[in-house]
Amino acid sequence: MKASGLRGRGGAGFPTGMKWSFMPKEPKPGKPNFLVINADESEPGSCKDREIIRHDPHKLIEGALIAGFAMRARAGYIYVRGEFIFETEVLRKAVAEAYEAGLLGKNAAGSGYDFDLFVHRGAGAYICGEETAMLESLEGKQGKPRLKPPFPAGAGLYGCPTTVNNVESIAVVPTILRRGPAWFASFGREKNEGTKLFQISGHVNCPCVVEETMSISFRELIDRHAGGIRGGWDNLLAVIPGGSSVPLVPAAEIMDAPMDFDGLKALGSGLGTAAVIVMDKSTDIVRAISRISYFYKHESCGQCTPCREGTGWMWRMMEKLREGDASVGEIDKLLDVTKQIEGHTICALGDAAAWPIQGLIRHFRPEIERRIAERTARGMLEAAE
Amino acid sequence: MAGQSGIIDDPEVRARWDGFQWTPENARKAKEIVARYPEGRQMSASIPFLDLAQRQVGAEANTQGWLPLPVMEFVARELGMAPIHVLEVATFYTMFNLVPVGRFHVQVCGTTPCMLRGSDDVLKACELRGLRKGHTTEDGLFTLTEVECLGACANAPMVQINDDNYEDLTEESMGAVLDALARGEHPKVGPQVERKTSCPEGGPTTLKKMAERNYDYRGSGDGSAS
Repeated sequence: MKASGLRGRGGAGFPTGMKWSFMPKEPKPGKPNFLVINADESEPGSCKDREIIRHDPHKLIEGALIAGFAMRARAGYIYVRGEFIFETEVLRKAVAEAYEAGLLGKNAAGSGYDFDLFVHRGAGAYICGEETAMLESLEGKQGKPRLKPPFPAGAGLYGCPTTVNNVESIAVVPTILRRGPAWFASFGREKNEGTKLFQISGHVNCPCVVEETMSISFRELIDRHAGGIRGGWDNLLAVIPGGSSVPLVPAAEIMDAPMDFDGLKALGSGLGTAAVIVMDKSTDIVRAISRISYFYKHESCGQCTPCREGTGWMWRMMEKLREGDASVGEIDKLLDVTKQIEGHTICALGDAAAWPIQGLIRHFRPEIERRIAERTARGMLEAAE
Repeated sequence: MAGQSGIIDDPEVRARWDGFQWTPENARKAKEIVARYPEGRQMSASIPFLDLAQRQVGAEANTQGWLPLPVMEFVARELGMAPIHVLEVATFYTMFNLVPVGRFHVQVCGTTPCMLRGSDDVLKACELRGLRKGHTTEDGLFTLTEVECLGACANAPMVQINDDNYEDLTEESMGAVLDALARGEHPKVGPQVERKTSCPEGGPTTLKKMAERNYDYRGSGDGSAS
């Protein structure tokens, strides 16, 4: 796994093989190792794990068995987001089939290794996609992230060593082993190897979910699979390339950029989950980002003050900016508040709420100022009448 | 979280639900659920139990169901939890209804990917039929909620009604779905345009030979091309 270069597909891009190696090689009695598979796909724009679960569940189960074996896990839990009701049914059926075929359970696949796999469905909370919140939720509590350290590999589910991996990271494991790490690493640029599920939504002619090589250019990805930008390439305004929590990138910068971790980082954004949200020139860009701010306000677990209070404040300020009902100084004030939330919370939800706003101000400040000027002028005109 | 009012505790609700017990079928399911977690960790079943209980309440009224206080207390007893811990869980997760809902719980996604593709139009189709956010229609047929991203963004805009997704909607097709439900019909779930799940309209752009039946690409050179 290390040789394949696979970086975690859940958003952070941490090398998967290395993550597995943090697990205790000899679990202590009464402290079994656990594998938890993150299928709480809730990042706006993301819809890839859903496709794996409903169309290719056996591949995920095979990957879970291999990953479980590699990290000496006694059991695995697949945490599926609550709203994937039909998808969970499909997955449960596949797991039951695997048990029936002797591929899971005692002496799994005739290997002499015991591995149980369970499907757990949540009940609607974005925050449960954060790995320690997921463990809390799996233990039957509110999904509130834990302070780290201790990291899950030391004390995770039920206080036992645990690794949390994304569905896509696990589902690609069987193919890597079958075709070899060199084959997998032959796709994409160095340190960005492999294939990736891209989820293309927004203003393209044919939105879709597609597996492609990492580092494919944005233009090629859209033209080959999504039927091009609605109204043509000249009509492209901006793109959120990795799900709602990464900053947007203006059209000119992204058009020919490589879609991978480092290529998008260089543009001040990120690959995230490769949820590509395309916005054409008809978009009210301030509203688009404000709606994301509302999302984070709704999903904040309420544990840390900067996030609990800040997400609501930022959303209200964004709504004012959307109408131009603010002063130019308030743009800077908003930017300042995002910096005070960023890095000051237990989990990354605070950062995720701050970054889209920072991206908007960085690239579309003139548009925000135009709205303020327009409204001010209108106000003065009305006062004069 | 947001959009839900406080927990109802009045004598009428108590009288109606105090004797809540699993149906024989759900008692069997409950046993199955608890067996998924290690011994002594039955609290892990709190979410699945609340879901099962909500569904049982819903089955009686032919709705998505909700969680009356005595039912949550029943779940607490079953799992050996303090009732307040169950209430904490029930109030944290958006899929638990703390008040009754109508026959169809219309959950319109309004997050940015759906907004970009016309969730305003989807809401308009609802409003034209008398649905209001956070309310149940007088005939008890529809409850409308604007929800956050449901993870079907390549099929935006979309709505989840009870357990079913309706995707790739327009104002017209959303209206048609609601009208069909009101007539007691079962409209086709999934994409409301000519399209298979999240495959691009017009057919697949990769692994085309796989589209109809399983195809072995090994030895055929570049597998992704045709």
